Amino acid sequence: MASLSLINICKSFGDKKVLKDLSFSIDHAEFVSIVGPSGSGKSTLFHLIGGLLQPDNGEIRMESSLINGKRGAISYMPQSSSLLPWRTILENVMLGEELLGKKDEQGALEMIAKAGLSGYEHAYPDQLSGGMKQRAAFIRSMLSPQSLICLDEPFSALDEFTRLEMQQWLLSIWEEHKRSILFVTHNIEEALYLSDRIIVLSSRPAQVKAVFTIPFARPRRESIVLTEDFLRWKKKIYNELRGMI
Amino acid sequence: MTAFRKGWRPVSAIILLFLLWEAASLLFEVPSWLLPSPSQIWQEGIAGWPDYRYHLWSTIRLTIVGFSIGTIIGIAVAICLHLLPKLRDTLYPLMILSQNVPIIVLAPLLVIWFGFGVLPKLIVITLVCFFPIAVAAMDGFKQTDADLMHYMKMAGATKGQIFRKLEWPFALPALFSGLKISATYSVMGAVISEWLGAKQGIGVYMTLASSSFRTDRVFVAIFLIMALCLIFFAFIILLERWTVRWKTKGAKNNG
Repeated sequence: MASLSLINICKSFGDKKVLKDLSFSIDHAEFVSIVGPSGSGKSTLFHLIGGLLQPDNGEIRMESSLINGKRGAISYMPQSSSLLPWRTILENVMLGEELLGKKDEQGALEMIAKAGLSGYEHAYPDQLSGGMKQRAAFIRSMLSPQSLICLDEPFSALDEFTRLEMQQWLLSIWEEHKRSILFVTHNIEEALYLSDRIIVLSSRPAQVKAVFTIPFARPRRESIVLTEDFLRWKKKIYNELRGMI
Repeated sequence: MTAFRKGWRPVSAIILLFLLWEAASLLFEVPSWLLPSPSQIWQEGIAGWPDYRYHLWSTIRLTIVGFSIGTIIGIAVAICLHLLPKLRDTLYPLMILSQNVPIIVLAPLLVIWFGFGVLPKLIVITLVCFFPIAVAAMDGFKQTDADLMHYMKMAGATKGQIFRKLEWPFALPALFSGLKISATYSVMGAVISEWLGAKQGIGVYMTLASSSFRTDRVFVAIFLIMALCLIFFAFIILLERWTVRWKTKGAKNNG
């Protein structure tokens, strides 16, 4: 049974069709990226999975239970770090757990240490750099008890160096604590480097245009980004996307 | 040190004003029943302490009780109206209207309805206090950061959790702006309410002084009211620093 599956999802606002017969699934401990032209309804997709919106048609299933319009079934990391400024980092990373019940301070402290944020447990978010805030936001979603983590362009606001560093860091954490991840990005390279599978969406109304299974072995080294193979894949996906612009 | 560097300007302005005033009353020989000099006011302030001590204490008590009630009602109103938008649409105009009734007109009516006891006085103070607090808190709730709100919803927070963990702490700085305004209003409210008819209070002391042409005492009362306002204001600022210290702490390290 897949971790998350979307079956024939349709959604329109007024007479504007945003999603049309969208179907895909994510397996346990699988890292799936979604790329698509901007305005292809990726945020609508997240709102549907997060339960903020109801699909007009179709089913969203988590394991085997229907989660149409049900909140709290996924763990979420937004584009902006969205840490509460009045909470310390420790209190912030436990927020996801706190909303659903139990807090585990020991686990949170261990995770903070692993993430390289030791010494900042009791700092406030404003005292941290952009990359560190995103780390804290990611730990928050890792510590939440849900099995699927949705990441909404988490590194798009970071500069190139920090972004590369964060991608490596994300992989290292993820390879250690395998969770199912749905990752939305505009960046083909990022998607290739991180994912097991890449789903390419078409422009409006969004449908699955192509699915690529990425064969690079794990654990992945940063150096694969420069290999011939990687470039070939990049071209392939780029061509797929270019057809729509 | 920084307080001194920032504070010397207003303090020297006040001192200069007093010096000018003192010099003018000496120079033009203004009769003291018309305008006493600062030194005469100061003397009366010290000599009259046993006379107005009880009045002062009574006003302080009245202000604190009234301000507390006003704060509680203000926050309660803000929370109710925020959580029930339909109620807000219905009652918000009424709330504004309640502020348009002149207190000077309303006060005697309250005495007719509730007598000379403490109740009409507390109603007056509450009425002037709750509005700034309620409006500030409601604005604070409404301005909750959209990104944070989105995160909380996606993370599956209930309406109650969103309020407790996001909207309430987010509104605290705004709430404190309201509290600061209300703190100073509450002293004025207390003095006005004492004019209505009370046995003691700065308001009573003031009316007695002005009807017997003791202008120096009127000024003593004025300065007492100012001092009370400042003390209440400072107290709220301290409370604010302590409550929203994350704000100063974060900002400091950011440069």
